[in-house]
Amino acid sequence: MVRFIVRRLFQMAVVLVVLSILLFAWLKALPGGPVSAILGERATPARRAALEAALGLDQPVHVQYFRFVERALHGNFGASTGVLPGEDAFQVFLIRLPATIELSFFAILLAVALGIPLGYFAARRHGSPVDSGAVILSLIGVAVPVFFTAFLLKYYVAVQWNLLPVSGRQDASLDATRVTGLFVLDGILTQEYDAAWDAVLHLILPTLALATIPFAIIFRITRASVLDTLDADFVRTAEAKGLSTRVIRGRHVLRNAMLPVVTTIGLSLGGLLAGAILTETVFSFPGIGDAIAQGYRKRDYAVLQVLILASAAIYVVINLLVDIAYAIIDPRIRTR
Amino acid sequence: MRAIRKVASAAVAGVLALTVASCAESERGEGGEGGGREGDESTFTFGAAGAPEMFDPLYATDGETFRVTRQMFDGLLGIEAGSAEVVPELATEWTSNEEGTEWAFTLRDDVTFHDGEPFNAEAVCANFERMFDQNEAGQVAAEYWGYVMGGFANDPESSLYESCEATDEFVATVNITRATSGFPTMLSLSSLAMQSPKAMTDGDANGIEAQGEGFSFPDYAQNPVGTGPFKFVEYDQATGAIELEANDDFWGEAPASSSLVFRVIPDESTRRQELEAGSIDGYDLPNPADWAGLEDGGNQVEVRDPFNIFYLGLNPETNPQLKDLKVRQALYHALDRDQLVSTQLPEGAQVATQFMPSTVGGYNSELQPYAYDPEKARQLLAEAGAEGMTLTFAYPTEVSRPYMPDPQKLYEAMRTNLEDVGIKVDVKTASWNGGYLDNVTAGKYDAYLLGWTGDYDAAFNFVGTFFGNLKENDFGTEVMPWGEALADDLQAADAVVDEDERAAAFEDINRQIMEEYLPGLPISHSPPALVVGADVEGVIPSPLTAEEFASVSVGGR
Repeated sequence: MVRFIVRRLFQMAVVLVVLSILLFAWLKALPGGPVSAILGERATPARRAALEAALGLDQPVHVQYFRFVERALHGNFGASTGVLPGEDAFQVFLIRLPATIELSFFAILLAVALGIPLGYFAARRHGSPVDSGAVILSLIGVAVPVFFTAFLLKYYVAVQWNLLPVSGRQDASLDATRVTGLFVLDGILTQEYDAAWDAVLHLILPTLALATIPFAIIFRITRASVLDTLDADFVRTAEAKGLSTRVIRGRHVLRNAMLPVVTTIGLSLGGLLAGAILTETVFSFPGIGDAIAQGYRKRDYAVLQVLILASAAIYVVINLLVDIAYAIIDPRIRTR
Repeated sequence: MRAIRKVASAAVAGVLALTVASCAESERGEGGEGGGREGDESTFTFGAAGAPEMFDPLYATDGETFRVTRQMFDGLLGIEAGSAEVVPELATEWTSNEEGTEWAFTLRDDVTFHDGEPFNAEAVCANFERMFDQNEAGQVAAEYWGYVMGGFANDPESSLYESCEATDEFVATVNITRATSGFPTMLSLSSLAMQSPKAMTDGDANGIEAQGEGFSFPDYAQNPVGTGPFKFVEYDQATGAIELEANDDFWGEAPASSSLVFRVIPDESTRRQELEAGSIDGYDLPNPADWAGLEDGGNQVEVRDPFNIFYLGLNPETNPQLKDLKVRQALYHALDRDQLVSTQLPEGAQVATQFMPSTVGGYNSELQPYAYDPEKARQLLAEAGAEGMTLTFAYPTEVSRPYMPDPQKLYEAMRTNLEDVGIKVDVKTASWNGGYLDNVTAGKYDAYLLGWTGDYDAAFNFVGTFFGNLKENDFGTEVMPWGEALADDLQAADAVVDEDERAAAFEDINRQIMEEYLPGLPISHSPPALVVGADVEGVIPSPLTAEEFASVSVGGR
């Protein structure tokens, strides 16, 4: 088991190094850059050259890369130039991460809470109107772009009907205390329940929008998996043994059907980031996704590098955890 | 066994929860007096398009930062609300010697900084010395000082600033190396505002460093101390909210709101929706296409007087055919600018007759716009032997500037005009941050859309910026026979001490530029707007987009 984990960690390091090189090359190949973004109309050649020299952008790309790696190993990832100017890029990541964790957590929670029961019932009532209705719903979830769902939700619920906040994470006038950066949790821990509630209200629409994709996937996998399991021999055996329906469904069908679902949940956590970029942009929700979008627009190299690498690392780690969980559940995996 | 495990995990979870909870005390009401005064709480909340760089105006370069610092800081000179005119602020009057190189500023004697430190001549000189004495990173970051003063302590030869002396408790004498029209007007720039010397020393204000591809700013930049109507409370980076509170000891009229909040909302349509939902009270630069809709919704669209110029830049270095004045005139006559201004630009936009707006001293009111005359354009092209010439014409994408709300539409209108007179247009685009400006500077386009918003009320800030530097300008004037003379004339006019004489000199240069040189084609001046909710009072739109919010209140709140 230890060898398995070590091997996977080593693979992860290789993935990140290769990615960092590709990312660096890509960023430097982009036309323009932070100098244009900072100087705007005032960009005379002299001032441009001075700024480029001060920021080390006049060096060859490989020199810049090694300087980046060297600094990064010392915990210095370069200052942001556009998203949170002056802040170290890794700090930007830490400041923005809780927002995305909070949003992703609630989105996955919602997707699981709806997807699994619906998937189960759709399978049980295979071919019924409930089943077809749920399948259509999940198709819409996959097919409609996240930003469109987000726009619709925002326009009607927040702007037209004024039921929920339009954007942001929390009302600034609440003067809420920060502990973990997860605003709902912070509000509960510090007993500032109004702040926690306000954060929940701000989360509802982005969560709904972001949850559509994992919901659809979890629903479909659950449905397919339950259908498979219902046909399995051991279910028939259990029925033949005269076990009650409740025991068969709860202990045999659902448990066995859940294995692929667990993997799917793990993997869709990583995929949430892509959705988060769109959702966070639409709702001006200050998380990682919004920072990446802004970083791209403003050519904030440091922030783009760190945020994309860190997101990749998170994705790889989640993958690793899923694999470990699988290895524990199913020993055959370890030998492969 | 199972039961034991369950108990153990419950215990671990409980201990963890207690550990977290024990360090999670509510800190409300701490950290400054936060949230304004009791009893008459009123907050003006403004939607910002981006995060501020930090709060030390010396290192600030963008409008998002200046909008915040302007509320906390005063300059020696200020700007009259609603105009571009320079007026006394912390200095009540100023006089110079005959050469215009020694300036004595008489200061207000009733001002203290937010940290209780006195404002006097020594504080003024400490500020000048601090701005002058920058390290390598600071010299790049202190962009406006570098731009108006030309240099820093390590290179006194190229610096306009020479020294400052406290000749009396409330008289500061500033020596400069040569006379220029920009001084002392430039002291109205937000960037050169007065800051508390003690706070700057304590917070190591000059300790800026280049870090990777950006700058890392010292502590002071997050804890700014000025003399203005509002004081800094906090910047919550996690929510992107900046909070300021009223300065009860402000030397001028007390601010109308007890606190100011700036909320960062990067997406424009979201800013509009937040305003419509009533969660912000205003935002800057609404898209002109939205003006009518916003007003229909009961909001107030405050249109500023234009203080900018939108032009079609031409580069004869890139396309030698453009060296011929007749070709440049032909291009100008081909453009139907009346049509362009009335259909593509916001209400209140004007057709330009020269490279500066009419409010700036040195504007030549006798100049008439080049008329739309396609026939004449064709004739001029024929005379120059340039019929059917090809022009690489560029416009920027992913950007909206106050003088150019929608570059693509403006380009399309101009292309149609140019093709009508037989010019082949080879279109180029690049995004604003993605290489457009680099390409303009590198001379990759024959013709390009660009503009300028004035920093302060001085002709040189417009025409000097464009043509005053022979070697480095986007119009390629270096290859023109008159390029050097134009640059020299501009520098000379800028050094004229007498205001009327200086204005006359610039008027003459403007006439020459338009009639004899025509290095580029000035198109229009557009009024930028800001929008506030129906219940907001006291907003005075500034042509320099430099509104002070001290006079602003939100009715009924």
